[in-house]
Amino acid sequence: MHNFITQYLGTGFLGGLLSAVLPLLFILPYALVTIWLELKISAHMQDRVGPMRTGKWHGWAQPIADVTKLIQKEDIIPAAADKALYLLAPALVFTGAYAAYAAIPFSPAYIGADINLGIFYIVAVSAIVVLGILMAGWSSNNKWSLLGAMRTAAQLVSYEIPSSLAILAVVMVAGSFNLNDICAAQSGWFWNWFVFGKFPFLFITFIIYFIASLAETNRAPFDIPEAESELVAGYHTEYSGMRFAFFYLAEYGNMFVVAGVAAALFFGGWNSPFGVYLSGPVWGAFWMISKAMVLVFVQIWLRWTLPRFRVDQLMYLSWKILTPFALVNIFAVGLWVVLR
Amino acid sequence: MAELRTEEMVLNMGPQHPSTHGVLRVELVVDGEVVVDAVPHIGYLHRCFEKHAEAMNYQQIVPYCDRMDYLASMNNDHAYVLGVEKLLNIQVPERVEYIRVIMAELQRIASHLVAVGTYGLDIGAFTPFLFCFRDREMILDLFENVCGARLLYNYMWPGGLSHDLTPGFIEKTKAFIKHFRPTIKELNDLLSYNEIFVKRTANVGVLPADVAINYAASGPTLRGSGVKWDLRKDDPYSVYHKFDWDVVVGTGEVGTLGDCWDRYMVRVREMEQSLRIIEQALDTIPDGDVQAAIPKRIRPVAGEVYVRSETPRGELGYYIISDGGQKPFRVKARAPSFVNLSLLPEISRGYLIADLVAIIGSVDIVLGDVDR
Repeated sequence: MHNFITQYLGTGFLGGLLSAVLPLLFILPYALVTIWLELKISAHMQDRVGPMRTGKWHGWAQPIADVTKLIQKEDIIPAAADKALYLLAPALVFTGAYAAYAAIPFSPAYIGADINLGIFYIVAVSAIVVLGILMAGWSSNNKWSLLGAMRTAAQLVSYEIPSSLAILAVVMVAGSFNLNDICAAQSGWFWNWFVFGKFPFLFITFIIYFIASLAETNRAPFDIPEAESELVAGYHTEYSGMRFAFFYLAEYGNMFVVAGVAAALFFGGWNSPFGVYLSGPVWGAFWMISKAMVLVFVQIWLRWTLPRFRVDQLMYLSWKILTPFALVNIFAVGLWVVLR
Repeated sequence: MAELRTEEMVLNMGPQHPSTHGVLRVELVVDGEVVVDAVPHIGYLHRCFEKHAEAMNYQQIVPYCDRMDYLASMNNDHAYVLGVEKLLNIQVPERVEYIRVIMAELQRIASHLVAVGTYGLDIGAFTPFLFCFRDREMILDLFENVCGARLLYNYMWPGGLSHDLTPGFIEKTKAFIKHFRPTIKELNDLLSYNEIFVKRTANVGVLPADVAINYAASGPTLRGSGVKWDLRKDDPYSVYHKFDWDVVVGTGEVGTLGDCWDRYMVRVREMEQSLRIIEQALDTIPDGDVQAAIPKRIRPVAGEVYVRSETPRGELGYYIISDGGQKPFRVKARAPSFVNLSLLPEISRGYLIADLVAIIGSVDIVLGDVDR
């Protein structure tokens, strides 16, 4: 049993509900912490100090203040908008990000849904985000939003291919689609992790996956859908208040999803770096979240360092560089798995 | 498939848009994301400078000159006061001209820092922007130290300056130069030679030299196309002829000659040349008075004069007509941003919207200067 909640409460209504709510209880504080981290990290990279006053200690309450402000703001719906789609879009985007948490193994004792096709499920359910963004861009009835949505659709669909191919390479090595099994296959000391243990094959795979995942989360240098200096704010130009906050939350949620998947696939997931030391359900959760947060930090770091690609260069990178590399890589890994 | 066709879309970029550098409105005709035509609409920041100038006496116009190109106030004033002095036919003390050159070059660095920083912002790099502003802040501190103002100085007056240099100004400026030289290299590492940045700006918005000349472009926009034309060298005013420095031109080293990267890089390299000029001026500055003996009420004899100077954006010219009274009969300003902006439709056709942002940024317009 990989879910301590269903172990005690059963798989009935109560256990199911609690299993579903637990990721939400994680997502909200995580997003607040990450927003604060992003404010502070970007500030320190730029010779500033960032927020210092809100909540006395290094502006720790700044994201809370931001969210409070967003909740209070007027929810504006443009007169010419397609109202039904406009209202549905943020919820759909957030659902796509949130649903992926079900299959992320947070600890050996907790995974929302221990399904055989866990990683496949994450890839599939993340694709809902595209739909939500397209709806948002189209229904806003704003040309900038539409351009942003079109870019997003092209970008996300393109980058799902190299990222899926990269995931497949890991699946071939581990012999399972289940993220818990993939984590278990990397147990032992940190040199057993796929990124180090299967050097160089899975190291290259990790690089491909990480670049593609940056594009999937719409983060710089691939933040083309929102590109504030070109498209004002892209697909969410017209959104305000809580609906805008949902897009924001979904972005941060997605960051953790791709970081969590990368941690599980390449960095041993909930495995302790030190073999049996410091392992167990609670330590497992600690290691999993720490590894994912390190990768989230790398995402933030890249965002504040690199300029933005142009939309055609982005497509070029995906179709002419990453996808061929991923294909060659998957072939090499396959050959290696067979000959091993 | 024959009946499948796409339609062009009219898209309004601005006046409230993050990367039009102010209140510029560009009417775009786009086919998908490809720019078919771009028509700039201006006038949102028109403040009737020329008409105002007819209602005031010569000294009172200086603060208005400050507000034209608000990122290069010192350079604006410099040209204007030279014009008035030429009209009066007076000679100012040598020390005044030295200080004016130092201020103008410091201002040029400050202005280029804004141009380069916001250009990074247009391309999506946020961090270099704040690095540039950190260094610009030091220059503004120097200005504040010497005249009390940080943006609009009213420092150069017809016949002299409002204040002499404060004690310690020369040491502080030298300390700034010492700090600033390495940061140009840092900027190059972080932005100028960044692979993504080069990809975004090389071969984009190519401006051939003959087109640039036909449009009367000037400043880094013209020099980026490889034309060696700098008024400080080619029509020396003030004391520029006394210093040893080089005119920077575009090289086309990462793409085509006259692309956005060249225009950008001309600005970065000009900052180094400005440092050279400042260093020499600081070392050789003579002692003396900072006010020539001119009457409180200026009444130039009837006549006209055209003076031009090289501001960070190009050739700024003032055409001043005097009818012998206390107020000028007419002051016409030839603003570099206005002329350079007229290039926009010519060099943006066929590029993507993302490129258009890069092109607008590389021409480096200041809307206060365009509209006046």
